[in-house]
Amino acid sequence: MPFTAKSGKFNASINTLTIGTGDKAITLGGENVLPFYTFDAPIENAPKVGIEITDGGMENEPECIQKCYEGCTTVVDMAKAAAAMEGVEFLSLRLEGGDPNGLNKSTEELVQIVKDVAAAVDLPLVVCGCKNVEKDAELLSKAAEALDGRNALLLAAKEENYKTVGAAAGLAYKQVVGAESSVDINLAKQLNVLLSQLGVNGQSIAMNIGTASAGYGFEYVISTMDRIKAAALSQNDATLQMPIITPVASEVWGVKEAVASEADMPEWGPAEERGIDMEIETAAADLVSGSNAVILRHPASVVTISKLIKELV
Amino acid sequence: MALKGLDIFKLSPKKNCKECGSPTCMAFSMKVAQGAVSIDACPYFSEDAKAAMSEATAPPMKTIKVGTGESEYTLGGETVLFRHEKTFVSKTRYAVAVCSCMDDAEIDAKLAAIPAVDYDRISERMFVEMIYVNYSADASTEKYVELVKKAAGLNRVLILGCEDPEAAKAALAVCKDSKPVLNGATPANYEAMNAVAAEAGVVLGVIGANNDELFDNVAALEKLGNKNMLINACTDSVKSAFATAVQFRKAAIKDSNRTCGYPSIVNVAKLAKGDAHMQAALASVFTMKYGSIVVMEQMGYAEALPLYGMRQNLFTDPQKPMKVEPGIYPINGGDENSICLTTVDFALTYFVVSGELERSGVPCNLIINDAGGLSVLTSWAAGKFSSSSIAKFFQEQEIEGKIKCRKLCIPGKVAVLKGELEAKMPGWEIIVAPREAVQLVKFLKDMQ
Ligand code: B12
Ligand code: SF4
Repeated sequence: MPFTAKSGKFNASINTLTIGTGDKAITLGGENVLPFYTFDAPIENAPKVGIEITDGGMENEPECIQKCYEGCTTVVDMAKAAAAMEGVEFLSLRLEGGDPNGLNKSTEELVQIVKDVAAAVDLPLVVCGCKNVEKDAELLSKAAEALDGRNALLLAAKEENYKTVGAAAGLAYKQVVGAESSVDINLAKQLNVLLSQLGVNGQSIAMNIGTASAGYGFEYVISTMDRIKAAALSQNDATLQMPIITPVASEVWGVKEAVASEADMPEWGPAEERGIDMEIETAAADLVSGSNAVILRHPASVVTISKLIKELV
Repeated sequence: MALKGLDIFKLSPKKNCKECGSPTCMAFSMKVAQGAVSIDACPYFSEDAKAAMSEATAPPMKTIKVGTGESEYTLGGETVLFRHEKTFVSKTRYAVAVCSCMDDAEIDAKLAAIPAVDYDRISERMFVEMIYVNYSADASTEKYVELVKKAAGLNRVLILGCEDPEAAKAALAVCKDSKPVLNGATPANYEAMNAVAAEAGVVLGVIGANNDELFDNVAALEKLGNKNMLINACTDSVKSAFATAVQFRKAAIKDSNRTCGYPSIVNVAKLAKGDAHMQAALASVFTMKYGSIVVMEQMGYAEALPLYGMRQNLFTDPQKPMKVEPGIYPINGGDENSICLTTVDFALTYFVVSGELERSGVPCNLIINDAGGLSVLTSWAAGKFSSSSIAKFFQEQEIEGKIKCRKLCIPGKVAVLKGELEAKMPGWEIIVAPREAVQLVKFLKDMQ
């Protein structure tokens, strides 16, 4: 008597969302099964892997990341180097330097960087803000304008600034709008609804539902994603059917396990290996929980995670 | 799986004699179904009916015990597929693999590395709980038995990866009292292996080339009376290993297919031989998705730190935030003249911050606020870690009477509180400390 499993295929599916243009464009979502449940139904669009660079200067990066970009003097150099790395399917530019409590670079200066990067690489682009909601409203709106025609993802509109970011990215320039909430299904849903009420097409929204590093409150990330996928697929909740994109790198490269030097923690061994494994294990957990795309920073993590995805789909 | 009242009624004596205290058998059956009364309140249910009911109400996934004494672990017994439905009960356990095909130097190096990872994280000991001892037909049984003896010296649960009944018997002769797992019942050898496992009284690991073969093999062993088993996720590809782990768990829990209801072993050492990063990725995948035991080629700190942290997160009770008692915690011999630092009562935050303070060697007082067991930014965003709440807490705890030092460091993530705190806590010098706890050692040393 062979093993018989009931199919877990749903009648509803996750929205299909394309980022970028031309040959290199990527498509997220479209599946009508839980993450990697290919035994229930084929998954057409495997989750995608992106690499993150920032304008914030190399000094703030861990040593091992600096090493990967040796010889690069500008953000554009870094973008070209990153785009050529194995397994990279999209490029994420974090405009860290915009932070008013940090370098406080002007919007003009940053938008110029966005334009230069866009001219230098043909990969799909994700532009992340500096995490200050007022500055991001301006920054991301201007970036949306500068990237007209590139079908880029602006990450992200939050509850505090969704009107500005949503209007520019979603309405005026028809880019893909990122919707960022704080690890809670109701907040994620609410922001999608607000964006839709503003007139942004639900089909051009990607959610960043918030994330954490492995070991740092990650259980909330798991349950939030589990519940979002359940609502989207089994209850056909159209306000939660947006693909999920998770910026893993900006979380993991801050925690002690990834950054403490070997001199500080001799028994822990080389910092680079710890950082890579923290990034890999967090990303793998995000993917099996429901992320349709992950943003990573170390080239070795990108290689392993894209291999993992290939083997699972 | 819960039985419905009607199912119980079908099995009931239907006398309506009221001896159970209910007016009718039907009413009684409904109460039993709700768990309001025990079936034993009726003297007339037949033994057969009771047996049928206990079979039907048995948990969907078996709870299997391995090891003895301090190294005894419970595997399986899960009742749900997602942690928000109900807490997952049996943590994934990790094993490192050694093989009789390795030379002595390699074996010694592998075994010596196992105890290297051993640390506490929020009151939980993190270490490699099991050793997978693989038998190679190319080496002698004597060598295998010697290897088993050596591995047993580390006091971990042994998993004997061995498909040869004679070699398995010889190995069990030297270690069966420690309740190892005998992992190696294939469709070709299952009868002999079953006899060996039964005689030694150990758990049997079941193998199949694919899910069909695995399922049939479990069913065949159940027919022989064995219910003390683990199932091996298929090892021909990552995709099929994932399919076994998910589909068997789902079939057991959703479809009450009890033949699928056994804990699992996932051998990522085999699935990604020689690729440590891939094994780290897979260990994470199979911790999340239903591996009861995950076997790896190595477990250094790089793999372990995120993995054990992830496991700790995954298996926490969603209903209970992990909290520590608010109050003053003197560190490194801190006294009334030592510098004060303050943070929240989320156990993880306390663990991380106090660990760094200890590492600094600087005597200090860590003052833990009542912040609802939430992290710094979460409690700040929720209004539970504000200048008012901190000032009020200091007053209630009469901190000023207990500590003479008037320097207070606040977490960098809530630097915005500085001004308000200075206004609300006159006399105190409010110092904005770094954002991450890991920067505390340097910060405190520089300050001295
Ligand atoms: C898990 C989580 C939750 C969980 C709570 C779990 C818990 N026990 O705290 C839940 C889902 C319940 C939650 C809810 C909310 N959350 Co929340 N949550 C997170 C998440 C993902 C992780 C938090 C965590 O566990 N961190 C780990 C601990 C160890 O960090 P920590 O306490 O800050 O400690 C570190 C440092 O601060 C430092 N440190 C600590 N103390 C001290 C002391 C000194 C002296 C020094 C030097 C250093 C130091 O050391 C630690 C390590 O370096 C973060 C996002 C993120 N990735 O950080 C968001 C986050 C904190 N949440 C956020 C928000 C807004 C909320 C909500 C208000 C959302 C809402 N509107 O409902 C609610 C509020 C809760 C409520 N109403 O009760 C925001 C806060 C935004 C902000 N900047 O203010 C965040 C940052 C997410 C985001 N990006 O938007 N959240
Ligand atoms: S005691 Fe048993 S037989 Fe009598 S009414 Fe109750 S359930 Fe029915």
